[in-house]
Amino acid sequence: MIALDAPEIAATAQPGQFVMVKTARGMDPLLRRPFSIFEILRDGDGAPAGITLLNKRIGIGTRLIYEAEAGARLACLGPLGRPFEPIDPPAQAWMVAGGVGLAPFVTLAEALHARGTRTTLFYGARRASELYYVDRFEAFGVDVVLSTEDGSRGAAGRVTAPLAGALDTLDSGDAVRLYACGPTPMMRAVARLAEQHGRTCDVSLEQVMGCGLGGCYSCVVLARGNDGTPHFVRSCLDGPVFDAGRIVWEALAH
Amino acid sequence: MDLSVSIGSLKLPNPLIAASGCFGYGVEYSNVVDLATLGGVAVKGLFLAQREGHPPPRIVETPSGMLNAIGLQGIGVHRFIREKLPELRDRRAIVFVNICGTTIDEYVELARILSDAEGVAALELNISCPNIKEGGITFGCSLTGTHAVVSAVRRVTDLPVIPKLTPNVTDVASFARAAAEAGADAVSLVNTFLAMAIDVETRRPKLSNIVGGLSGPAIRPIAVRMVYECRQAVQLPIIGMGGIATADDVLEFMIAGATAVQVGTANFVDPFLWKTLLDGLRSYMSRHGIESLSALTGSLDTTKKEHAWISS
Repeated sequence: MIALDAPEIAATAQPGQFVMVKTARGMDPLLRRPFSIFEILRDGDGAPAGITLLNKRIGIGTRLIYEAEAGARLACLGPLGRPFEPIDPPAQAWMVAGGVGLAPFVTLAEALHARGTRTTLFYGARRASELYYVDRFEAFGVDVVLSTEDGSRGAAGRVTAPLAGALDTLDSGDAVRLYACGPTPMMRAVARLAEQHGRTCDVSLEQVMGCGLGGCYSCVVLARGNDGTPHFVRSCLDGPVFDAGRIVWEALAH
Repeated sequence: MDLSVSIGSLKLPNPLIAASGCFGYGVEYSNVVDLATLGGVAVKGLFLAQREGHPPPRIVETPSGMLNAIGLQGIGVHRFIREKLPELRDRRAIVFVNICGTTIDEYVELARILSDAEGVAALELNISCPNIKEGGITFGCSLTGTHAVVSAVRRVTDLPVIPKLTPNVTDVASFARAAAEAGADAVSLVNTFLAMAIDVETRRPKLSNIVGGLSGPAIRPIAVRMVYECRQAVQLPIIGMGGIATADDVLEFMIAGATAVQVGTANFVDPFLWKTLLDGLRSYMSRHGIESLSALTGSLDTTKKEHAWISS
């Protein structure tokens, strides 16, 4: 996790939005990288002061920002993208996160907490050591349901198993909105469960992005419009949050 | 201090134009940069009809550059005129509309439609996109094809006609000459270099289209050389581009022979770079006592230097 002193971004960021960070001073890598805003940091008076970013050190770009020394300056553009819409009570919010797909949910949990919406986080990873920052959610009164594929913490198996069980126990009168972020197969499975149970589900998709502002058309996903016809839409402007029912999942790269 | 430049009858407040394909339809950037402060905005290439483009992955990074194969996704000329042009007009942008067709008739039809639209400053003919099979580049890779498209469009419009040339030919200058003979008002160059990247683990191409166009600082020295060659060949104004990211890069293209420049990939990296570029140009002008920036165009000094130490 990296913390950035960015009061303007912190003051205007909405749940699920992202920033574009220049990870190298020079030209390799050339382009900025998109990162979900993980947390809004506040100063002693509660005023927005900065943001944190959460990401695995997978590529060269992510490694470079983790090697940045304290006090270094980074070019960071944002907040960008279509945010999550927090649901109001009496409806419940169920957030479903896989691995570092946890990233956009702290800001959502904070917004839901402010509205008094009852919130549950279904959070799965491969093993216990890859379940991060659960305390952040407990601080916002979120009920946390953990699962690991190797059974080292929480329920053994995929995150969709406890989710499916919980959906089965709901009465048809219970209003629940789902929010999902994680690996594509996981989001696809959550979207299918939501559809089977007649629940609305928002997904936050992570695509390769060139600019983050709608200029390059590289981050497109195939999504159905109001007339049901699929078109390539830019996930930086129309997303990263989409109604799961719009997404043509077969067309998404895994 | 005068930064203005002229492309035929079209006067621009400065030589910095946002490159087509790298700036959406311009409106996407209107809250990042005041569009009226740019020399121009070249909008994303338009066909008559809407197009979906290629499936992702559409871009991949390479050293100091990137490959793209977007496939000219676009909303078509009619929606552009209806949905984008009014805002561009309101924001006083100088709009270069980049047009693309599969036949000469389509270019002519696009030119007719856009000539009747209010707020179009110039037509840039995309005869150089490397990422689509069915048009554009087939004209741009043939001297007779280039001549035929440019002269057909020339006959139906009074707007400045600016063919955008591909570098994927043996001799770019001969294409600039063909464009000049066909009545072009200027040429813009270069479009991207046809290129490829492979994931060695999976042995699969990194782009869905297999090949794509290389842009960014990696291509700049080749593009500068091509602008220089075209300057030798034609009197037309040249709009130079290829990897421009700093004021020095702009100056390099102008000294090589460009009247104006386009900035593309660098805008992805830093959408606020326009002010930095303008400040850099002003600082260069005051440092060198240059009153009018346009005086710099084609000012390359190739005279042989006297080396006193050789004769001693």
